[in-house]
Amino acid sequence: MESVILQIAARHMRPLLIILSLVVLYRGHNEPGGGFIGGLMLGAAYILYAMAFGVAKTQNRFVFSPLNLTALGLLIAVVSGIPALFAGDTFMTGEWITLFADTVAELKLGTPLIFDVGVYLAVAGMLMLVMFSIMEE
Amino acid sequence: MILVLPIILPLVFMVLLIFTRRWLFFQQAFSLLSAVALTVVSALLLSQVATEGILTIQLGTWPAPYGITLVADLLSAIMLITTSFVAVVVMVYSPGFIDKERQTAGYYPLVFGLLMGVNGAFLTGDIFNMYVWYEVMLTSSFVLIALGGSAEQLRGSVKYVTISFVASIFFVSAIGILYGQTGTLNMADLAYKMRTWENMPYINGALMLFFVAFSVKAALFPFFFWLPASYHTPPVPITALFAGTLTKVGIYTMFRFYSLFVVQDVMFWKLFLLIIAGLTMSVGVLMAASQFDIRKILSFHIISQVGYMVMGLAIFSVNSLAAAIYFTVHNMLSKTNTFLAGGLVFQRLGSYDLKYLGGLYKAAPFLALLFFIPAMSLAGIPPLPGFFGKLFLIKGGFAAGEYLITAVAIAVGFFTLFSMIKIWNEAYFKKTPEDAQKAQPVNRSAIAATTLLAAAVILLGIFAGPAMELTHQAAMQLKDPYQYIDAILNQTSP
Amino acid sequence: MLLLLAVVIGVLYGSAVYLLLRRNIFKLILGLIFLGHATNLLLFVASGLTSGYPAFIRFITGESESMADPLPQALILTAIVIGLGVTAFALVLVYRFYSVTKTVDLDELSENE
Repeated sequence: MESVILQIAARHMRPLLIILSLVVLYRGHNEPGGGFIGGLMLGAAYILYAMAFGVAKTQNRFVFSPLNLTALGLLIAVVSGIPALFAGDTFMTGEWITLFADTVAELKLGTPLIFDVGVYLAVAGMLMLVMFSIMEE
Repeated sequence: MILVLPIILPLVFMVLLIFTRRWLFFQQAFSLLSAVALTVVSALLLSQVATEGILTIQLGTWPAPYGITLVADLLSAIMLITTSFVAVVVMVYSPGFIDKERQTAGYYPLVFGLLMGVNGAFLTGDIFNMYVWYEVMLTSSFVLIALGGSAEQLRGSVKYVTISFVASIFFVSAIGILYGQTGTLNMADLAYKMRTWENMPYINGALMLFFVAFSVKAALFPFFFWLPASYHTPPVPITALFAGTLTKVGIYTMFRFYSLFVVQDVMFWKLFLLIIAGLTMSVGVLMAASQFDIRKILSFHIISQVGYMVMGLAIFSVNSLAAAIYFTVHNMLSKTNTFLAGGLVFQRLGSYDLKYLGGLYKAAPFLALLFFIPAMSLAGIPPLPGFFGKLFLIKGGFAAGEYLITAVAIAVGFFTLFSMIKIWNEAYFKKTPEDAQKAQPVNRSAIAATTLLAAAVILLGIFAGPAMELTHQAAMQLKDPYQYIDAILNQTSP
Repeated sequence: MLLLLAVVIGVLYGSAVYLLLRRNIFKLILGLIFLGHATNLLLFVASGLTSGYPAFIRFITGESESMADPLPQALILTAIVIGLGVTAFALVLVYRFYSVTKTVDLDELSENE
């Protein structure tokens, strides 16, 4: 399907959707959002792109294939459980560090965020994998 | 930590195998090594559980009734090690049997996905988490059964996916009702509350939904029809893996749930399970008698053998439980072994249909022996483990005064012998039919794998004494759920 | 609200079973999706409805009493995600099925066996 409107829209929507997905991913701690929804958005960005430009051209833009992206996400999710072992807790315990404490830019980072990044990549990868394999033929 | 490993290791192996999915040789070697590593971990876990009693871990350090618990008692540990051993054998068998396209299309990562789900189901102590592991296992099995995408496979997998999905729906509904009633998902906490629960109709309703869900997975009497319609479609190693692990997860869950949750209305559930067990045994074996495809005969026998396990569970004495666990282990090994031996026949003569087979006993006596051992074990010939399993089940049945079901079990034993002898006569003993294909060479590693498994079956028979002692201890733990509850909640009496 | 949801669940289950019994394989998938949604709603209703409150403690007022039970919502979310995975697989399967057999009719299949 060659549609100029869709192509232009997809080209401009893609970076916006990617940024939005990252925002949703980061928000997920204390407010609605998180890795799953963010991942869906990331996937949607590329699916839209693939609808406008075709699957082959979209896949060329990736260093990782969707399947590898899913696997990478799973790996990151598992790895996020490991820091807890060094802290002497059981596997998958959330460990937190606070950067720039007592300043305006106080930032709390923890292993659940790493886990969420894993979910984000895995969901996006899986969604693209499924949609691309249907769209390909 | 060792409790987490049987789940985490397959996940990490799966990820690594996905990254390297195009390198065939690496896939074969690495997945074999991984399966061996998994077996070692399971063996360590078993020895630790045997010496220290029930092990538990609270994931994420959330305390007991709220967080997800992983528990290993002897039953879990025994199931784990049997599963990993079956996986090792299948990993030795696969490279020489499955075509290269399927092997590079993700066969190996999927097997580890399946193992992750199976191990998770064996270890979890939380019913919703159990559902999640079921889904991990099923999703991997969906892809495995459709892998390669021949028309026959796709037909089989449409049926398999639909039925499995509906069964999962039953599972979730039951969890919803149970949670709405009791407000907890932790299995130990549920078991503790159920001892004094007053509003039983809801609980029994939920338990019945659970029963439907698990009996679909384990292929019990009214819900078995999907198994012979789909299990014979993928390549034999996949079928063997399913027969050895997937259906037995249903059985394991039934053992777990029955021993923990059925504390009131015991008479009803016992009678109900006994009827189901009797029907499962006899219908499975009778339907097998009319089949002529090796894989279909064996598929129906899976159903029939599951009936024995449920019978041991329903009687629920320590002896019958011990026998049922021993029988389950034997069945996981022997069933996988018969399927793999059937695969060897296929490799040699290019068919599973008994009409086109024959003369293998003369032409290839070793192949014949490899089928003979597990088949006779399934039929219950001494000194093979199937004999001891059935003997102790029958003894347990008589001791508990359940004469009718025991009589059915004995009769079904004869029919099983008949089916096995039928395969034996047709494929191995009778003269080679005229229109049979010319003999092809059989892959060495496939033979080696089958030999390994046959040796394990024999060893299980020879060391039936120590093995029964171990399953006896496992049965004692099942019979006394307070051990389980105490290990997780530190509470002993309601 | 409870009555309304109960009726919705009933209708969803009814349509799901109707669709599952159709011969068209695509309708079978639709039936599976309906069945999944009906069960998610069942989970929601069975574990108690709290209307008008979110599933977390609000720090401003600190009323922990007026809080919806977050666990069923988490369970439903998990069930939805799993449902998504299975549905995605089922769609690909049906698509492959159609391109191999050139039919969507389940009855034509059984004749081949």
